[in-house]
This record gives sequence, structure tokens and C-alpha cells, in this order.
Amino acid sequence: MKKLLVALLVAAFAFPAAAFSADTIKIGFNIPLTGDIPKVGEMSKDAAEMLKEKINGAGGLEVGGKKYMLDFVYVDNEAKPESAVNAALKLIEGEKVLAMVGPQGSGRAIPAGEIANNNKTVMMSAWSTNPKTTQDRPYVFRACFLDDFQGPVAAKFATEQLKAKTAAVLYDVASDYPKGLAEFFKKDFEKLHGAGSVVAFETFTTKDVDFSAQLTKILKAKPDVLFTPQYYNEVPLIVKQARELGYKGPILGSDSWGSAELMALCGDDCKGQYFVTHYAAAGAKGATKEFIDAFNAKFKQIPDDVGALTWDATGMVLAAIKKMGAISGDLAKDRTALRDAMATMRDFDGITGKMSYDGKTGDPVKCAVIVKITDKGEFAFHESVCP
Amino acid sequence: MLDTVIQQALNALQLGSYYSLIALGYCLVYGVLLLINFAHGDIFMVGAYIAFFAATFFMGQHALIPPASPISVKLVFAGFFALILTAALSFAIKKKPQAAGQKSYSYPATLAGIFIAFTAIVYVWGQDIKLDTGADKLMVFAATLPLTMVLTSVVGVFIERVAYKPLRLKGANRLYVVITALMMGIILEYGNLSLLGANRLSFPTLLPRVIFDVGEAKISITKLSAILASFLVFSLLQWIVTRTKLGMAMRAVSYDKFAVPLMGIPLDAVIVFTFFLGSSMAGLAGLLYAMNFPVLDPFMGALVGWKAFVAAVVGGIGDIRGAFVGGFLLAFLEVIVAAVFSSELRDLISFTILLGILTWKPTGLFGKPKTTKI
Repeated sequence: MKKLLVALLVAAFAFPAAAFSADTIKIGFNIPLTGDIPKVGEMSKDAAEMLKEKINGAGGLEVGGKKYMLDFVYVDNEAKPESAVNAALKLIEGEKVLAMVGPQGSGRAIPAGEIANNNKTVMMSAWSTNPKTTQDRPYVFRACFLDDFQGPVAAKFATEQLKAKTAAVLYDVASDYPKGLAEFFKKDFEKLHGAGSVVAFETFTTKDVDFSAQLTKILKAKPDVLFTPQYYNEVPLIVKQARELGYKGPILGSDSWGSAELMALCGDDCKGQYFVTHYAAAGAKGATKEFIDAFNAKFKQIPDDVGALTWDATGMVLAAIKKMGAISGDLAKDRTALRDAMATMRDFDGITGKMSYDGKTGDPVKCAVIVKITDKGEFAFHESVCP
Repeated sequence: MLDTVIQQALNALQLGSYYSLIALGYCLVYGVLLLINFAHGDIFMVGAYIAFFAATFFMGQHALIPPASPISVKLVFAGFFALILTAALSFAIKKKPQAAGQKSYSYPATLAGIFIAFTAIVYVWGQDIKLDTGADKLMVFAATLPLTMVLTSVVGVFIERVAYKPLRLKGANRLYVVITALMMGIILEYGNLSLLGANRLSFPTLLPRVIFDVGEAKISITKLSAILASFLVFSLLQWIVTRTKLGMAMRAVSYDKFAVPLMGIPLDAVIVFTFFLGSSMAGLAGLLYAMNFPVLDPFMGALVGWKAFVAAVVGGIGDIRGAFVGGFLLAFLEVIVAAVFSSELRDLISFTILLGILTWKPTGLFGKPKTTKI
């Protein structure tokens, strides 16, 4: 009896490894299904599932004349850096995936990128905008623009469209993404208006909900615009408290605002505000509209930028796999071949824009979109800024 | 300059009121049982979630029954709901068969029954109100408040029954009870996570956004209500503990848990009452907190709970004045540090100062040293 159990256990553990060598391609997703930003994980998963169904429904992905079925593995990183590292190790060593998509935000993508690069596995972050994610890591790629592009775009928009001469920044000092972006914004805004034009540069730490002390300091400095590069779960609190303390000026956000859940949490307070992001759902055309309509029909909601970027990121990994020509079955060899195919990817036509890598870095050159939150709560296209 | 000082003082008062309300709960339970109820911060979180469901329930937005269903269906549903709650509560506080002539302590159940009947009426009637005007929302708030407090108390008392009482009857060391409390907190957090999912809930606006001007400084009605509530609750508790018979019994249990039953004081009832009181304040704090910070997540109680615990210890745990003052002291320190220095030093400096206070007076500001009986 005992021997039978052991045999069953061994078979159970051996099975996944065996499944890979057959006609499947396994791709791992390192995404936050719980934690502070669960909507990001949900959107990523929904977009990936939709893509998988589309390709598997058509008989699989054709690589070198042979059809492969796709197998997507989702691991929750709880939106924590240490869990993202564990999830990366689990996917790379445990699940033996060919490539990893995610982690989405920079706070998790930077530490997980180290793991992926050391293990010579392609990591494709859809939504991480901090430059450190791909720096000196040949195996790490991304599908979005960078904060050293987003920062100037926000500063320029505040100056030209919002007519701001002074600005204030409120950000989470304990997280890589807001910290990096806040610093880029400050640098670029001061370049335009001279040193000291960022009149308040206030911080808080993750999990804080009471920002009134910082906001009181900010209000005292009388800024023309308040820039806050925080995630959608913190934005409602910041906006509401700023308004209650008597701040009447515009509040400018970054691509982390663009979640489908922002308006459900923020309500009327966020209407009329602007943020920098990757794409605008309202008024989209062509392939982007097709994606939005299909997504909306399937999941009954408008996909946000994370969903769209995950679709593109996964699509680009699959395109690179096709480009490899053939799958040898030797994981280490295939991973390296995939890396080379990714690095030479040119003009991938995604729904968030065209993407090319220059072969040296994993950063595509892409345009940013400024979105205005309308009175109906839709994210409407306001203007496009290209590098 | 003065305006900024006033504004920061108001900010600190607001923050302090949550710390104080939660710290009072820690303090009550510790005072009576010498148990640090580490699950209290999470009971506060449960309170906020209960407030959310109660408020959406009264607003008729909840999906449990469609708003358009006929009044008889609503009444049956509300009655059923009331029945379940009353049964749960009386189960939670059920006593063993009493000896003849001994008084039965079931008044919390009666009280809950009244509240629940009230709930049912407001719910049925509330289906027809339109929530455009502030006055109607005020009614929702008025109904949400008692329901939240009662339901949160039920949770608190239930935890006491399930987790702490068996240990107490076994005479387990206090350390094990503290570990059990930590575990209960984690169960509440992850239970919530698996039950309701990871997505945030957005707390509905119950009070109209009225903002009062204090010179240049501003204070909203929700902040003001939090501050007022904390002072009210403090006075009420002080009155209960020092002026009523139950308060006397609580102090007696605190003094000597083993001699008290010999004097004919129902130990169990006193403990249940303590948990009831402490948890209802956590529920109140949860409601007020959710109104000011309307994004709810399962882990919202952890950090606030820790800070309130520190506040209670600094004030002198077991002393009601101590918990109250400690909460405000911590909030003022945090705000002063954030206003004068950089906000990233906020917790570092304020907690270092609190450490200094404890070094200088280890029993806390209002605590008295305890001598061990030989």
C-alpha cells in the first residue's frame, strides 16, 4: 500500500515535467492576485487567458511547422518584492517555464528581474516603468515606456496644459516605482521652471492611509499642481483628503492610476483629473478596439492598461517563440534562443503601439498617452506624446 | 503659520481619535483579563467591513434581495435575518443552566434583538428612500452605527468563546492565550481575504461633505464626528467603569479573578460584557475610519492595531485614561514629526520617543506598578 502511494506521489510530481516535453509551451505569469493591487493581477490573468484561448482554439501556436498548445501558469506575488522573487524561482526552477511574463509593477519587477537574468530565462514585464528593471539584464524585457520618459511628459503637460509654475509631489518612499517617478518628475519640472519650483516633495510609507499632515504642508506651499504617482488603491484617499483640506487645483497622476478599479474606489473626486498612461480605452480604433470589445464581451468590463499591456507582452513573447524557428526540447538552449529572438524583435504591432528593441536594452520606444477622466468616469484620450 | 498649526492639531486629533478608540478596547480586555488581545486590530477591520455591508444593506444596494421585490418578501427576509442573528448571539453568550434564584444574564441578546428589529424596519422602509439628500443618508448612518457596533461585538464575544474561554477554563498560561490572539487575528485577515476576495471595497459616502472653517484651517464633518465620538466613548467608559455595578465587577475581576466568583459575581458574564464593550468600540472605530478613509482591505487593521496597542501601553495598559491620552499622544507625535521633519522619519522618531517614555516610566503614563503577592 505504502509503495503504491509513493509511486503515485512520484508520478504526480513527475507528470508536469513530462507534460512540458510533449507538444506544449509553458509560460509563467508572476502577477499580484492578492495584496495591495489585486485588480492588476486579475486584469493580467484575464488578458492572458483570452489570448491563450484564442491561440489554443485555433489549434495552437505554430513553431517550425509544428503546432504547440499553450500552457499558462499563474503564480501570485501578493504585490510584495520578496514574494515576487519566490514566485520567479518557482516558475523558473519548479515549473520549468520557457519564459516569464511579469511581475507587473517595478517594485516587484526589479528584484524578480535579477532572478530571471541570473537563471538565463526571458522575463517580460508588461507594466514596469522604472529604468532599473532592465538595466544590465540581457534577459529582461518590457512592453511599456520608461519613467525617465514618463516624468518629462508629466512635467511638460503640467506646464503647458495645466499652466503650472509650481508643483508639489506626494509619493510612497518605500516603493521603487513611485519613488523613481517622483524623482524624475522633480528633476524635469525644475529643469523647466528653475530650482525650487517643486515647492513640496512629501513622502509617506506603504500602508499609510492618513496623509493629512503631509497634505497640510503641501497646501501651505500653495502649488499650482499636485503630482502623485501612486497606485489606484491610494489615489482615492489622497484626492479625497486633499479636497477636504481645501486644495482646489488639479491633481496629476501616472500610469499606475489607470486601473479599471480606480473609478469604483474614487468616485466623483477623481473626475476631471489627468494622468499619463499607455493607452486610452474610450474612443480607441482598429485592433485596439477589437481587443477592448472582445474583452468587454467576455469579462463584462473595459480592460485597463495592464490588461492591454499583458496582451501585448504575451503576444510579443509568442511572436519571438515563432521566430526561434524550432523548439529543441532542451530548456536552457531554448531559453537562450528565445532571448536572442526577443532582442532582435522589430516593429511588433501591439494594441498599445509599435514596439522594437534595439538589441542592446529590453526597452521599447513607445508613445505616452495623456488621459482625462471624464464626468462619466471614462478614461478619455486627451493627447499623445511621442519621444 | 498659526493656521497651519491649528490644521495640524486638527489632523492629529482626528488620527488620535481612532488610535484612542482602538486602544480603549485593548485596555478594557487587558484590564479585566490581563490578556493582550492582539486580534483587536483585526476586530476593528471586521467592524469596518460590517459597517460597509450594513450601510449598503440599508441603502438597498445589496444584492441579497432585489430592491424591487414586494414588501412581504422583504419583511420575511428581514425577519429571517433577525432570527439568525439573535440565535447566534444567544448561542455566543449562553450560560449553563442556572441554579434557582440566580439571575440570568441574557440582556445583551435582548438588546441585540431590539437593534435587529430596528434594523429590519429601517431596511424595509429604507428601500423607498432616495439617497440624493443628506438627510436620508443621515438616516442610513444612524441605522448603520448601532448595527455595526452590535455585530462587531458579536464577533468579539464569539472569538472570546471559541478561542480564549477554553484556554481559560484549562488554566493555560497567559502566554498561550496571547499566541492564540495573534492567531485569531491572522484567521480574521485571511478568512476575509478568502471570503471576499482581494479586491478593495469602496465605502459609501454617508455623511454629506460639509467642511467647517476654523480660521484658514478646515475640518470635515466626518473628521469632527470621529473626534467627538472618541471623547464621548471615553466619558461613557469612564462612567461605566467607575460608577456602575458592572464596572465595579470588572475592576474586581481585574483585582482577583479567583476570589471574585466566591463573592457571587458571575465571572463569565463580566468577561463577556468586557469583550462586548471593547469590540463595539472597535466597530465604532471601524465605521468612522471607513468613512474617512473609504478604501477597505483585509489587512487594514494590522498597522492601526499595532499603533493603538503601543498607545495603550504608553498610556499605561489597563488604565482607561492612559489608553485615551496615549492614543492622542501618539497621533500628535506622528503629526509633529511629519510636519517639522520629513514624513519618512515619522514612525522612527515618534516610536523612539515612546520608547523613551517607557524607559522613563515602564508602567506607562498612568499605570501603577503591580506588586506580586506571595
